[in-house]
Amino acid sequence: MSVNRRKKVDLKTRTHPLINVFLVIVSLIQVFPLYWMFTFSLKDNREIFGANTVGLPQVWRWSNYEQVFSKANMGTYLMNSVIITALTIFFTLLLSAMATYAIVRMKWKLSKVVYNTFLIGMMLSIHAVLLPLYLNLQPIMSTRWVLILPYTAFAMPQAILLMVGSLEALPKEMEEAAFIDGANIYRIFFTIILPMLMPILSTVAILTFLSSWNEMMLAVTFISIDKLKTVTVGVNDMVGKYSTKWGIIGAGLTAATLPTLLMYALLSKNVTKSLAMGAVKG
Amino acid sequence: MERALRDKRAICFFVIPALVWFGLIALVPVMQSAGYSLLDWDGLTTPTFIGPQNYVKLITDELFIKAIVNSFLLAAASVFIQLPISMLLAMILVNGVKGETLYRNLFFIPVIISGSVIANLWMKIYHPSYGLLNQMLGSLGLFDMQKEWLGDTATALGACFVPMVWQYIGYHMLLFYSAAKSIGEDVIEAARVDGANRIQMVFRIIIPQIVPMIKACVIFAITGSLKSFDMIYILTRGGPVHASEVPSLLMFNKIFTTHEYGYASAIAILIIVECLVLTLIVQKAFASIQKD
Repeated sequence: MSVNRRKKVDLKTRTHPLINVFLVIVSLIQVFPLYWMFTFSLKDNREIFGANTVGLPQVWRWSNYEQVFSKANMGTYLMNSVIITALTIFFTLLLSAMATYAIVRMKWKLSKVVYNTFLIGMMLSIHAVLLPLYLNLQPIMSTRWVLILPYTAFAMPQAILLMVGSLEALPKEMEEAAFIDGANIYRIFFTIILPMLMPILSTVAILTFLSSWNEMMLAVTFISIDKLKTVTVGVNDMVGKYSTKWGIIGAGLTAATLPTLLMYALLSKNVTKSLAMGAVKG
Repeated sequence: MERALRDKRAICFFVIPALVWFGLIALVPVMQSAGYSLLDWDGLTTPTFIGPQNYVKLITDELFIKAIVNSFLLAAASVFIQLPISMLLAMILVNGVKGETLYRNLFFIPVIISGSVIANLWMKIYHPSYGLLNQMLGSLGLFDMQKEWLGDTATALGACFVPMVWQYIGYHMLLFYSAAKSIGEDVIEAARVDGANRIQMVFRIIIPQIVPMIKACVIFAITGSLKSFDMIYILTRGGPVHASEVPSLLMFNKIFTTHEYGYASAIAILIIVECLVLTLIVQKAFASIQKD
């Protein structure tokens, strides 16, 4: 064991210096635009436009952020994204888990047909429903549901695929024991199945978060009331509105990014695991 | 228990909500799109049924062909430029370097940021007079290379492609990396005992073992490029003079600018079919590779 471990350490220290140089260069390319965004969010145009393009701000102008929240409604946009994403995750998890339970554990003729119907959804894309939904959902165009409905519908196929795989692998003993104790099927679902599915639920939640938080095509076409706009659209509008004040734009872009970065900082292991899992089963 | 698991009411309770939601919001609209694609319709006047004429018009429409070609260029660039870089990074990290986790996180961060933020950030990077790119070229004395990156027909498509690669390199890197990490320790150990060096390890052991993930990534890279919208919508709107036009943007403009609903629906259906066909081709290609 200890020999093995030493071997691995050896490998690490023996990395060719050129490889390290290469990794550092790639890291700089990946991070530098984000560093630039953050620093220009704290500058004024004079610095950004030449006096101090890439350095740290001479004066840290946090007032740019103040303006983004007080004048550019960033708070409202963030709140809308939070509400829409949270409800999308909630409905996706609950309804997909329920359908999964019926598909995997319950005995009925159409089970396979229904499962395959959901799987068809893996091949559909949001493009193909843009116009029909735009026409069908006119009555609720001025509510957040106009985004929650499609985000949930398009998150369900992958959610069900992942959950079916996970529930099939779980033993039935707990459920059987609960049945013998006289618990009914609804109770078994909510008190035994849902808790057992927790790991996969968190995976699905992360995947759903990323796709609905970042969605643009529907958000930009369906929502015209400023009060209901999500961050993706709000930020884009703001860039147009403050086109000459780069500091404020930078502050808006940074503010829109912080929630996702925060989520990643807290859950990075889960995020990477979830994406890998989603890809294999995609 | 057997009886409870056959309880029709319970089955309905569990399945119907998801099925109805998915059916009404995803399946039915797709069928509507297929139906609309056979109509001549502007959304206001009565639609007339014209059969497959929209499709006939599409495949002879120069603009649509240009959009398709552009999306294929994006797909090709993604498969042959982006994926190899991602693979190289993943293989370096898998072999173990100092700061493996840090590098992985740094490469990955752009992936989770919304396309809208990334596109607007790159818009500023490309800004002709104050953008980071031209300012950096200027400070190196390379004034000849300064350009209106997004406003020049020669560079617009490429300028849209760079941030797409930049954003998703970390995604594919991560997928290759985690696939490689999940290869059994015994396989690696056996190869090591046989005296394989690191390069041999990568080409003879790791890459053959992660072919399923490579296939998945190729499919993502292709379908993602064919459907790309956010970045181009913000950076160029398909311009200048349609130099960076792509199918989804064309569809978007046909719906919301010129109100050609039938024509736009035909584009939507073609995008799905195109993705399906290419997915099947990639799967067939990989099946024959794996057989060898």
